[in-house]
Amino acid sequence: MTLSTTQLLGHVVAFVRSLRSEGMVVTPGQTATFARALGEISIFDPEAFYYAAQSTLLTRQEDRAKFAEAFRKFWQNLGLERFPAELLNQTTLPPKKEQKARPGEVGREPRSSERSSNQPQPVVDRALTFSDTEVLKQKRFDQMSEAELEAARKLLYSLVWNPPQRRTRRLKASGKEQLDLRKSFRRSLKHQGELVELERRSRKHKPRPIVALADVSGSMERYARMLLHFLHAFTLQQTRQGVRQVESFTFGTRLTRITRTLKKRSVDAALSEVGQQVKDWTGGTRIGACLHSFNQSWAKRVLGRGAIVLVISDGWDQGEPELLAFEMERLQKSCHRLIWLNPLLGTPGYQPLTRGLVAAMPFIDDFLPVHNLNSLEMLVEALGRLERRPTNAR
Amino acid sequence: MMPSSVQETQKALEAHHYIADKGLSVAVFLALKLGRPLLLEGEPGVGKTEIVKVLAEMLSTRLIRLQCYEGLDISHAVYEWDYARQLMQIRLLEASGERDQEKVRHEVFSQEFLLKRPLLQALESHNGKAPVLLIDELDRADEEFEAFLLEFLSDWQITVPEVGTLKAEKPPVVVITSNRTREIHDALKRRCMYYWIDYPSFEKEYRIVREKVPGVPEKLAQQAVAFVQELRKQDLYKAPGVAETLDWASSLLALGQTELSPEVVEETLGVLLKYQDDVVKAKNQARDLLARAQMSV
Repeated sequence: MTLSTTQLLGHVVAFVRSLRSEGMVVTPGQTATFARALGEISIFDPEAFYYAAQSTLLTRQEDRAKFAEAFRKFWQNLGLERFPAELLNQTTLPPKKEQKARPGEVGREPRSSERSSNQPQPVVDRALTFSDTEVLKQKRFDQMSEAELEAARKLLYSLVWNPPQRRTRRLKASGKEQLDLRKSFRRSLKHQGELVELERRSRKHKPRPIVALADVSGSMERYARMLLHFLHAFTLQQTRQGVRQVESFTFGTRLTRITRTLKKRSVDAALSEVGQQVKDWTGGTRIGACLHSFNQSWAKRVLGRGAIVLVISDGWDQGEPELLAFEMERLQKSCHRLIWLNPLLGTPGYQPLTRGLVAAMPFIDDFLPVHNLNSLEMLVEALGRLERRPTNAR
Repeated sequence: MMPSSVQETQKALEAHHYIADKGLSVAVFLALKLGRPLLLEGEPGVGKTEIVKVLAEMLSTRLIRLQCYEGLDISHAVYEWDYARQLMQIRLLEASGERDQEKVRHEVFSQEFLLKRPLLQALESHNGKAPVLLIDELDRADEEFEAFLLEFLSDWQITVPEVGTLKAEKPPVVVITSNRTREIHDALKRRCMYYWIDYPSFEKEYRIVREKVPGVPEKLAQQAVAFVQELRKQDLYKAPGVAETLDWASSLLALGQTELSPEVVEETLGVLLKYQDDVVKAKNQARDLLARAQMSV
């Protein structure tokens, strides 16, 4: 029996993946340690194999039973009776729990490993010519055909996001805002304690947290799915840029936090889970009450550090306008900037005269359309240029 | 004194006027026993900071406090050189004709010129006793500081490049508090014993008031606590914490009250509630709430 290292490593990786799908946290570093450990022990000794896995991959006592179960399931599936000599001859990996989709497919060259696979490649975006894209960008979401919607979604993931920045209180060793005594002093030692050059430092900038509240009530039905795609693309891109805090909520008759769900890489998995999670899909709208529960239970936790709030709604509200006005004021006071995105604003001749919108209007910093791709692009651009609130800046 | 059991911990805390739940006692006991940091979360004013003071008293050791804020950096949390004195020292060395660079460096970067900030102080034991270190409101600090803390909490050592690595003889007892204006990173949480302090029950809060506000009449204490308990059930932006109850009880005592009346409640609501909207709401319902509070007593 000769050992095929590649095959063994394939199993190791698949095993770690199965642990993760059980909710355990295993870092790539731990996986590497495990792989290295296998080189040190006799892998024909099942017990040693188990303990090597346990000591390198398990970090939480409460996961121990789960770990043992996952271990048994995985390696037994591969034929544990003659384990592990037998497993080395196995070539097929167990199927992954969930096929990983790659939402950022547009404009990205597939890796060499993917090219050889026979997965269908996304073709829609490649087939689109420049002018097709331009037409698509102008078209309203509610007038798009399924194919156009699909293409529009693909385009979403190619948007370049430029989140607005906030000046933090942390200092970095460059720029010229403040004197850096420590560094200056160390430098001065070269010159017998003579301060020849003064070193300076300045405040660091960081992207602002973004909190999105999306209306999923009946009147928003034609836009809701697209906007969830937008939020997903946004979350994904922000995570890549190292912003941990993009918080997303949906509301209709009640508020649902979907931040964690949207963090899934696969857009289909994320959206179908959102669909199950949100109970008031295409129902009525009580914006005031929903904002109230947001202000009550979430505002303090997610609006710190100068967050920007995006409320995505057409403003059809069945609740009390007084309550809405009251909660909007509170919301505006506790964030850096409150942006209301209204899909109807793209309709020619539209005027925001619904009771809800009239009540909310005084507390909105920016009132922008979200009816087609162009408006989303404009939003992304506007976010990048955000300066201080015109009045009572915070 | 280091408690040897959960019961003993609970008793010892009580002896220092801190009424703790069983759950909190277990968390404190384990944190002490295993030498792990204790992470306390809960609404403001439920006694997160207070328990640390009590712990320091109980273990008869020093309390070192680090208040977190955004941008908290090494020079405020760990150490800083005393530049003014260092420069003077250089001048003095110069005047004495010292030309040896290496020696100047050695003289100027001695511990004498090192200003120790809370984390560095926490590594020092006095009389063989490690201090209690309170890292207060960690959610206010940024991720950079949290990452630094992660390292500190696992190694109990700090490297000052000019001096070398300073290691704790005995690791300090660490308590971290958070008001959850931001989630603390999982990696840090994984290192800590975690406990969420809730608002206390009527019985517990009554005991706390009697313990902390000596001289408050029994009836007044009961009514005040019952009123606060009712108030917390209301839909308020910021419900009153135990700290507010204590302030209120003291205020009522200072005003010479022996019993609650709707007028007194209305006049003193500002002690309990810190948002104007909440005050207005509570004022409208004051009589109702008071009646219910008196019923439950």
